[in-house]
Amino acid sequence: MAIYTNLYLLVFLPAVLIIYEIVPKRFRWCVLLAASYALYISFSKALVFLLIGTSVFTYLIGRRMGTLADECQAELATCTDRKQKSEVKKGFQVRRRHVLLLGVLVLLGILFYVNYYNFVAENINFLLGPLGHKLPMAKVLFPMGISFYTLEAIGYMADVYWERYPAEKHVGKMCLFLSFFPQIMEGPIARYPDTSDALMAGEPLKADNLSEGFLRIIWGLFKKMIVSDRLSYLITYIFGNYKDYHGSFIILAAVGYTIQLYLEFSGSIDIVIGSGKMFGVTIPENFNQPFASQSAAEFWRRWHMSLGNWFKNYVFYPVTVSSRVKNWNKKARKKYGKYWAMVGTSAMSLFPVWVATGVWHGAGWKYLFYGMYYYVILLLGVALEPLKQKRNEYLGISPDMWWFKALRIFKTWIIIFVGELFFNAKDLSAGFYMFFSMFRDFHISSLWIYFPDAITTGDVVAIVAGCIVVWCVGFAKEHGVDVKGKILHAATPARWCVFYAIIFLILIFGAYGTGYQPVDLIYAGF
Amino acid sequence: MEKLLEILQDIDDSVDYETETKLIDNHILDSFGIITLVSEIEENFDVEVDAAEMTPENFNSAKSLWAMIQRLQEN
Repeated sequence: MAIYTNLYLLVFLPAVLIIYEIVPKRFRWCVLLAASYALYISFSKALVFLLIGTSVFTYLIGRRMGTLADECQAELATCTDRKQKSEVKKGFQVRRRHVLLLGVLVLLGILFYVNYYNFVAENINFLLGPLGHKLPMAKVLFPMGISFYTLEAIGYMADVYWERYPAEKHVGKMCLFLSFFPQIMEGPIARYPDTSDALMAGEPLKADNLSEGFLRIIWGLFKKMIVSDRLSYLITYIFGNYKDYHGSFIILAAVGYTIQLYLEFSGSIDIVIGSGKMFGVTIPENFNQPFASQSAAEFWRRWHMSLGNWFKNYVFYPVTVSSRVKNWNKKARKKYGKYWAMVGTSAMSLFPVWVATGVWHGAGWKYLFYGMYYYVILLLGVALEPLKQKRNEYLGISPDMWWFKALRIFKTWIIIFVGELFFNAKDLSAGFYMFFSMFRDFHISSLWIYFPDAITTGDVVAIVAGCIVVWCVGFAKEHGVDVKGKILHAATPARWCVFYAIIFLILIFGAYGTGYQPVDLIYAGF
Repeated sequence: MEKLLEILQDIDDSVDYETETKLIDNHILDSFGIITLVSEIEENFDVEVDAAEMTPENFNSAKSLWAMIQRLQEN
């Protein structure tokens, strides 16, 4: 039961809302937890026990670290001198680190086995082929949302280890945090304080929250059903038959896939956030007009923000301030100067982030390439910054000049389109084939001569019109207009006019019914 | 505090650090700026900034950075 289906939107969600409201406040979290596990079972059946096991394990690891912190405080109170205190602290720190390590290794071990074992075994078998040794392939069932809830669980453990908040004492709260039904398929990856208290609060349903949640859900459906799902056929067709196409068609496929992915992913996140809002739970945002970015680094601060923030908080910063990197940085500053020390430190800190970002998306060389592609671009961005500043000074360019901004945005688009071309290609060699075929026989006219018949003029009009509407809303938001607030605070007839307009547009122009296949969520597969 | 303001000015001189309270939340200081800032703080104030300190609360303003430095110096 995916979150964009009629079953979820017209039956499951309203039913959970009604039961939630009827049940006494102190049991409302149980309703949310039961609903979350029910939805999970609809996808992954018995693998719900893996989710429950992960939740209980995360809770226990947190509790153990919490107990050690309490014991440490008690022992410190008995210490008389500073040296003794420091030794006690260090001793407990090591014990807590071991507990954290156990937690992280177990969760990463499960994630590795589920997602990457077969990929690694396949490559090892390829290398060991001549020796006759073969690792057996595993028949692994994919637990829905494992890549999302594993990161949430590791983030919680790390925060408890760093004493950013105390360990959770209610196992049910941990279970609900990791399994909350709107988030389980595609995230966003929340931090424990983001949603856990609101999930347990059992606040009664409020008209304002329901109205805001409803608007957000239909806006998500608009993006997904009018634009993304219509684009899906064309994109699947070109990527599936990539050898038959070149030049302008490949560019169309790269641009089209990027639009499809953005509107599908951000649309489903709208449904997630809207569903949470109805229960009074504010789920963190995942997108912030990513196509207004003026650099690849800015793009990753605006696109899949919860993943970017997770890697920044739990990989980038810990690596940056690790003793090895800091020692290297100190020596490099003396030996090579601040600039090269900065470039070197960035290279060391960014590398694990982008390897992890690449492989987080899936097991395959193309995903690793996708991560390395951004690693090189971001590192070049850091390394060339002084040169760019000198160029701007020499040419009298101010970063605020509109044409300069536009040029930078366009450059960022090209980087994104190429990245997504590799991301969605069948494999890495298909990605390279498609990339180079962009430059072969480029004729813009071939677009309408060889355009697949299955895509009608109506489809094209709906896609373009839908994109224009989404762009207008994004443009307004980027310029500080609170579009959602304006609609929600408008007079009741005006507000309902907007609601009805979006609903009718979805009903009339949405891609469903005869001739359309339901399109699965792309990120739900990760 | 003056030394800290000097370090921050070196990283980006277009910001009024006396009043700005959302250096991280508003992405005024990016990840690379933070790398430089941490190195400079460690070098100039003889402290160790570890992973637990890498929070927006510590890095959002010059005042919060200064409070972190003082806390680390006391420990």
